[in-house]
This record gives sequence, C-alpha cells and structure tokens, in this order.
Amino acid sequence: MALVTCQNAAFGYEGNTAVSGLNFNVNSGDYLCIVGENGSGKSTLIKGLLKLKKPQSGSVLAGDGLSPAEIGYLPQQTAAQKDFPASAYEVVLSGGMGARGILPFYSRRDRAVAEEKLRLLNVESLRNRCYRELSGGQQQRVLLARALVATKKLLLLDEPTAGLDPTATADFYELAAKLNRGGLTVIIVSHDISCAVKYASHILHLRQKQMFFGTASDYLASDIGKSFVGGERDD
Amino acid sequence: MINTLIEMFSYTFLVRAVIVGLLVSLCAALLGVSLVLKRYSMIGDGLSHVGFGTLALATAMNAAPLTVSIPIVVLAAFLLLRISENSKIKGDAAIALISASSLAIGVVVISLTTGMNTDVCNYMFGSILAMSKSDVTLSIALAAVVLLMFVFFYNKIFAVTFDENFAKATGVKTGLYNMIIAFLTAITIVLGMRMMGALLISSLVIFPALTSMRVCKKFKTVTVCSAFVSVICLFIGVVISYVYATPTGASVVIVNIAAFLLFWTANSIIGRITK
Repeated sequence: MALVTCQNAAFGYEGNTAVSGLNFNVNSGDYLCIVGENGSGKSTLIKGLLKLKKPQSGSVLAGDGLSPAEIGYLPQQTAAQKDFPASAYEVVLSGGMGARGILPFYSRRDRAVAEEKLRLLNVESLRNRCYRELSGGQQQRVLLARALVATKKLLLLDEPTAGLDPTATADFYELAAKLNRGGLTVIIVSHDISCAVKYASHILHLRQKQMFFGTASDYLASDIGKSFVGGERDD
Repeated sequence: MINTLIEMFSYTFLVRAVIVGLLVSLCAALLGVSLVLKRYSMIGDGLSHVGFGTLALATAMNAAPLTVSIPIVVLAAFLLLRISENSKIKGDAAIALISASSLAIGVVVISLTTGMNTDVCNYMFGSILAMSKSDVTLSIALAAVVLLMFVFFYNKIFAVTFDENFAKATGVKTGLYNMIIAFLTAITIVLGMRMMGALLISSLVIFPALTSMRVCKKFKTVTVCSAFVSVICLFIGVVISYVYATPTGASVVIVNIAAFLLFWTANSIIGRITK
C-alpha cells in the first residue's frame, strides 16, 4: 500500500475551497515535488497531509502503518519563531518529542540522534547559538535537522528555499535528494520548477485543483509541464 | 537592614504572605515564559479579572474564596484558550469582553452586599493581610502541584510553545498540553491574586519573562533566570512595602519594572561592547 493516498480530497479555509480534486498517492522512497503559483493551494495541501487540517471532502489515508510520530516537517517560518529565545540544540532536540508519547524527558538516545542530525547538516558549531540570531539559511538548516530528528519515514518540506540564494537553494535540493536516496520519502513544496524537475521523481502540479500528477519525465513531456517550465525560463 | 528583616518576620501574617508570594511568583515566572512567547499574555490579564468577579461572589456567598475561585477561573481559562485558538483577532476582543464583564459583575455584587468599601480596593490592588492559615496550606499544596507539573511537562511545553503546528504534525498532543498550561496559569493567578491584586497579578506572569529575555538566549536559561528574577523582585517588593508602608502588589510591580530596565540597559551595553 502507498504511504499516503489522497482520494478525491479537497481542502480549504472556513468554507472556501483552496484546492480540490486531489487524487494521488505517494509510495515509499518517492520524491514528490508539489508545484504551482502562489495561492494554488500547495501549503493548504501540506497542512492536510499533516492532518493539521481536515479534508472538506474525500479522504487522506496513511498506509504502511505510518504514524504522526514518524513524520518530519519543515514549516514556513512563522513570525513568533523569529524572536524566540532558544538554542539551536534545544530546537533540534524538540523534534523527538512526538515519539516520546506521554514520557516527559528525552532519553540518551534522543540526544544522540539530535547530535547526529546537527553534524549531518553542518550546524554543529551553532548548537549553543540563539536560534533568532542565526541567518535565514542557518535557521532553515536547524529546522531541517529538527525535522530529521522527528522523521523515520516521511519528510515534508514547505517552501524550504524561500529566501535562500541560488547556491544555497541548489545545496538544499541536493541535500533532500541525498536524504531521499538514503530511504526517506520526501514531499517538497517548491517555487523553483527547474530544481523540482531535476531532482524529483514525481510532480504534482496544482492550480486550485490537480492539474498534473505523474513522474517528472512525463511532466516535462506534458503540455502543462512544457508551458510551466518554459514560463519559468522567461523570467 | 537585618534588624528590619527580623522585625518583619516576627509577624506571622507577613511570613505567610512571603511564603505564598514566593511560591506564586515562582510558578508565574515559569509559566510566563511560555505565555509571553505564545502571545497569550492577555489571557493572564483576563483570568485575573474573572478572579476578581469570583472573589466578590465568594464573599457574598460567605464561602472560602479559593474554593469558589479556582474552578470558575480554570473554566474561564479553557474558554479563553479555545476562543484565542479559533481566531486570533476575535480572541483579543473576547478577552476584553470577559474581563470587563467579570469586573462589572464583581463590583455590582460587592456594592449590593457589603457596600463599596476597602474590600474593592483590596481585591483590585491586593492586600498582604488577605492570607488566612488554611489559605496558606492550600496555596502551598497547589503551588507545589504547579511546579511539579511544570518540571514534568517542561519539554512538551517547549515543543508546543516553539512550534505548535510542528508538534501537532509529529504526534504531540498539543491540545492537551495547551490545556495544561491554561490550567496551571489559572491556579497560579487565583493564588497570587489576593496578595498582588486583580489588576496587578498579570505583571507577575509577564515581567520576569520579558526581563530575562533581554539577556538570555536559550529557553532553559530564560526560564531559570525569570524564576530567579521573579522571586528576588517579590522579596524586595515585600520588604519595601513593609518599610515604606506602600501597597504590596504595586511595590512588587515597581521592583519588576526596575529589574526590566536594568536588564534592558545591561543588554544594550553588552551589545555595544561586543560590537
């Protein structure tokens, strides 16, 4: 069974539908990239996949025994976080809380995992620095480390490269691809269509409804893919 | 100085007030960090007004103030939490609404029963004489519960404070922990209200957190630092109120203001030097 299955799902805010007609599934080991213009319902869909938002109709099913404690999530940054007094290490460690259940304190293993992810993302030297004083790219890496502490199977990234320069953006996609080759299923929301088709195995194109779902190579051959990728190149 | 302290603590009511005050200020400071960062500062303020209303009711009914206040204020805390979760802007107005309503009900109840007198002033601005012996026992027990629960849930509180959506998405029961925070806040406010006053108790929640955030950079150090700041400020405030015969609640707030300014200045001086 697929890891995540969307059956004719629709999501929205307070009665207004943001995105509808969603029919797709994500299998273990996939690298799905969700593309579309601003307001096309990408972030709403991510909230739906995370069960932060109930579908207005249809259903989202988790397969392969996927529990929330096995999901990692890199959100778009909120205003509250930007002035939050917390060290990078505290932030990364908090990723393991979901898997602790009712248990109050972190185990030695949780701390070891947090250290390992700090090293993996090259932010070890920042571990005692204050999160709010880090640069945008550093904050992003810290939050990704937290997501990796949380995840065992599925990683969702909501516009992870917003505000990063082109080199950092390419690095980020490379890193996500590496994690994907390591066995993690990745779902990424992106503005950057050229990176998306380069790294992703599957593409989901949204424009308030599902315009395309399939493999990246099929997408490039399709009409919508051609026009969207071509349109981006004109910029 | 030492003589003043010895003289002060020869009064049992002052010893009681200081013990309860220190415990409450500790609880308030710990919870305050989370409340301020979650943008819930106003909930503390709203709850203290509800507490004023319940105090008035308790007096009218001739019942023990704490036993009437605690359940009602806890209920109000859950209600306020729900409102502010559902919609930020409406929540703001709803808190103001509930504050003003409870205040009005409280004042009317007092004027109908005992008449407008020093009671109202005491409820509003606090009184060091408010603690009876049974109150002290109950206060100490409840404060201990709040402190233990805070330590026990510290990591969860960090997780839901830093990023509630992430915590929820990765399987943390955020609704439950938000309710625990609201519950602990309600108890702390009720315990501290009669000494600090309904209008001033929220400062005990907000000031220490803001003060330590001027200087500290980690959640843990902010929490520990605000605990110390709060306890020290309360103690100095009570001593000042004894020596100069000023109202206790207001004196504590003044000391808190001084601490805030001190930390603020220290931070900008440190900032300048390191630049």
